Amino acid sequence: MTATSDREQMAYVASQAADARVNVELDTGDMTLNIGPQHPATHGTLRIACQLDGEQVILAEPMMGYMHRGYEKLCEVRTYPQCTTLINRIDWLGSFANEVPFILAAEQLMEVEAPPRAQWIRTILFELSRIANLSLFLGDMGVQIGALTPVFFAFRDRERVLNQIEEVTGGRFHPNFDRIGGLKDDIPKGWVEETHAVMTKMRTFCDEMEDLLVGNEIFQTRCRGVGVIPQDVALSYGLSGANLRASGVDWDLRRDANPGLAWDQVDWRVWTHPDGDSFARYWVRLQETREATHIVDKLLDGIPSGPIMAKVPRIIKIPAGEAYVSTENPLGEMGYYIVSTGDLGPFRVKIRTPSFNNISIVPWVMKGVYVPDVITILGSLYFILGDIDR
Amino acid sequence: MADETPDDAADTPGDEPREALLAELSELLGDAVVETHLQPGQNLWLRVDPARWQDTARVLQRASFDYFGFLSAVDWSVAPEGRYEDTEFDGGLEPEDGSAEGSDDTEPTEPEAPSSYAGGDTRFQLLLHLHSHTRHEAVIIKADVPEDTGAVDTLRDIFPGADWHERETHEMFGISFNGHPQLTAIYLPTEFEGHPLRKDYPLLARTVKPWPGVVDIEEIPEHLEAELEAQVMAEFEASGGGE
Amino acid sequence: MNELLALVYWQETAIKLGIALAVIPTTSLILVYLFLFKMMAFMQSRLGPNDTGPYGSLQLIAEAIKFLQKEDIHPAQADRRVFRLAPVVVLASTFLLYVVLPAGPDAVVENLDTGVFYAMAVSSLSVLGILMAGWASANKYALLGGLRAAGQLIAYELPLILAVMGVVIQAETLNLQGIVVAQATGEIFGWGGIGNPFILTQFVGLLIFMIAAQAELTQTPFDMPVAETELVGGFHIEYTGFRFLLFFMAEFGTAFAFSALASVLFLGGWWIPGFDVDDNILNILGPGVMLAKILLVAFVIFWVRFTYPRLREDQLQKFAWKFLIPLSLVNIVATGVFKVAF
Repeated sequence: MTATSDREQMAYVASQAADARVNVELDTGDMTLNIGPQHPATHGTLRIACQLDGEQVILAEPMMGYMHRGYEKLCEVRTYPQCTTLINRIDWLGSFANEVPFILAAEQLMEVEAPPRAQWIRTILFELSRIANLSLFLGDMGVQIGALTPVFFAFRDRERVLNQIEEVTGGRFHPNFDRIGGLKDDIPKGWVEETHAVMTKMRTFCDEMEDLLVGNEIFQTRCRGVGVIPQDVALSYGLSGANLRASGVDWDLRRDANPGLAWDQVDWRVWTHPDGDSFARYWVRLQETREATHIVDKLLDGIPSGPIMAKVPRIIKIPAGEAYVSTENPLGEMGYYIVSTGDLGPFRVKIRTPSFNNISIVPWVMKGVYVPDVITILGSLYFILGDIDR
Repeated sequence: MADETPDDAADTPGDEPREALLAELSELLGDAVVETHLQPGQNLWLRVDPARWQDTARVLQRASFDYFGFLSAVDWSVAPEGRYEDTEFDGGLEPEDGSAEGSDDTEPTEPEAPSSYAGGDTRFQLLLHLHSHTRHEAVIIKADVPEDTGAVDTLRDIFPGADWHERETHEMFGISFNGHPQLTAIYLPTEFEGHPLRKDYPLLARTVKPWPGVVDIEEIPEHLEAELEAQVMAEFEASGGGE
Repeated sequence: MNELLALVYWQETAIKLGIALAVIPTTSLILVYLFLFKMMAFMQSRLGPNDTGPYGSLQLIAEAIKFLQKEDIHPAQADRRVFRLAPVVVLASTFLLYVVLPAGPDAVVENLDTGVFYAMAVSSLSVLGILMAGWASANKYALLGGLRAAGQLIAYELPLILAVMGVVIQAETLNLQGIVVAQATGEIFGWGGIGNPFILTQFVGLLIFMIAAQAELTQTPFDMPVAETELVGGFHIEYTGFRFLLFFMAEFGTAFAFSALASVLFLGGWWIPGFDVDDNILNILGPGVMLAKILLVAFVIFWVRFTYPRLREDQLQKFAWKFLIPLSLVNIVATGVFKVAF
């Protein structure tokens, strides 16, 4: 480019040519807007290149990889217990839930079954991390729409759940507590009663959110009918979790493909919503949070006694084989495909993260929506960058 | 079919729902199926002919397996630079008291043949996981990637969700997908060269410096192990068996 | 005041202007501290500033100093003159608005006969400033914000003016002091105890005025131009330091001014029951009374701001054009009918 060309135009073009190629034709009439990678609404470093016509989106293409840490490659050079430290950090809001499918897959390959007490406590911690994760969403969706206050309540009440997780595992965000064959430690004395109290408070919190946001007319106007995803599209894209259930698909891995944890020991229900719009996704997650508090309450009352860890050798070598286990994580279906060749560590780990599939629907769902709706839809699809990028 | 009971209930050797599923799919797919493997109570693997990759997906979608799980690949060669803290390449750790400390664990075990489940002949093998939410069953489809072309057909028209998974598999392994309109990088920057998840792509941290960490499991001397364990269990029983 | 101090006109004007210029930052300070820092914090179950000064009251002074000592940067592609002029225009409209706000029978900078008309006209100037800011910033987010602001502020000018028309019809004057006097000397069904604050008869008008004022101040639920989670600041995204302080002061100064207008038009202004309209003592008490009423109105404005999510731009426009304007027209008709009939 010569220096004599129009500096303004050069600067404009240069500012458009970004790190990765954008699959939009730079038409002179439309405007390309980058939402992200630094943006308060993208839950991290996600970049969405939108081609706008006024305020309407013609094309939206998400670009990720700003946080790609190469977990699958890293897991290949670690032993199984070392892998869990990495895996904790995939979905950093649902702390304990990340480890569970990996440990279950490893246990499947080893043909080891954790004792019932460990299974129950695993389930309780799993549901606690679901509550922690989803309660943040409940407040955060308000922020995306513009209501600044509910998120503070969400953070305040979420602290209680994180305190409970910390009391058992020692870590609020990255517990690293699950072991092949059981858990690292037993629950401390008095934890059961405290957790009962915390669950009651979380139910109050859910009621507050319902009052503040679900009943708010403006919230409903902003969310109803925005980002409708029909059932067949949701299935073919592989959406999971509340996104799928909000489109009317009655599918919950806890009930339909139980990998051995204690969900079948208590009564609980799966919440679906037929609409498939952003409001449905919010509503389903609200009900799920409440349901999770009920599950925890019921499970706490019936923890069986016994050992917390099965007999596994000190140095774990998993026999050759392949296994895939997926569980209903707070964000959706998370699964680990472990290929083992009889080593101390895995040969290959494929991490199936829910947000990767959830965000792949963005180009489809964003056609023709307004810019504010982009934020609403992104907020309602609810992803975590660590989950997309691994 | 498996509505009222989780699959675990049928995990006696002889997993009837999965066996029935296997029979049905084998019939539907006919000669596309090269090999199968059924792990009772766990999963079902089918290896198909790569030339019939798209057909398989269509057939399965019609057979109500319309939930797209994931698509990825496995590279069955062995990494040349070793994997453990005390393999030679890294410079390893000195054993603490000079005694053989689990030395029989230091040799990485080579995979006996590509793929322990459902066989496989080539270096790269594709994995596809599909779910049926009406039948509450899942199936994992494998296919060898042909050595000469390194490409299979795209599943994008059948499962739109495969779009990004194929892009990721391409950038990580170098497998091409015929008919995919835009096989650009999804995670890595555009200038990146190489395919990271291939085994011969070095993990720079390992080539640059030796593993800095310590062994994370300390061996209890064997003669004390049984005693200590008995002691722990006795305390556990005495304290009431936990709360 | 003329009798008290026997001042020449220009001296009197200079004093009044000096007071007004001093009042504007002070009022912004009060509003920002009280509502933005403390009330918002308490509503969000946190404390707000509590370090700088007693109960954090000097926080805004600290922030002002921080803003003042920042580097004066602007984007390379920005149109320099327009970029620099934009916050001044917005702040100028705020200053001009303070000219007619009465704080006592004589405590007003200039008692214009067309007070209401002047106030409405001058408050629309800020649209110009916002558009200038959005356009000159050479930033797409700013442009989006500026265009949204233009559409929104123009749309909500009409309900604002029409709501005020009801008051004017009832008071039979455009003069703000005259409106206060009308409320002070009016009677409710023959009882003159608390006068006739127009909130009683013009409650629909007050409602429309409050909604339109919320939109004019670009506060949630009408804060599309500054949608923080979408446009990250909208039209003032490229402004830092002193220029941002100007926008900030303008926003809260205008909030104060609109609250003052609302209390003058609907709540009775500087008059409280028990005093004659001409009492000189009201020149001292009046500002205090006005302050109390202004804080009340501002409380409502900011309370709504912290609670509600924001409307989308097209929903916002629909609300203004299809709902608020017809309602305010009906209000005017009803007021006129009642005025003539009774």
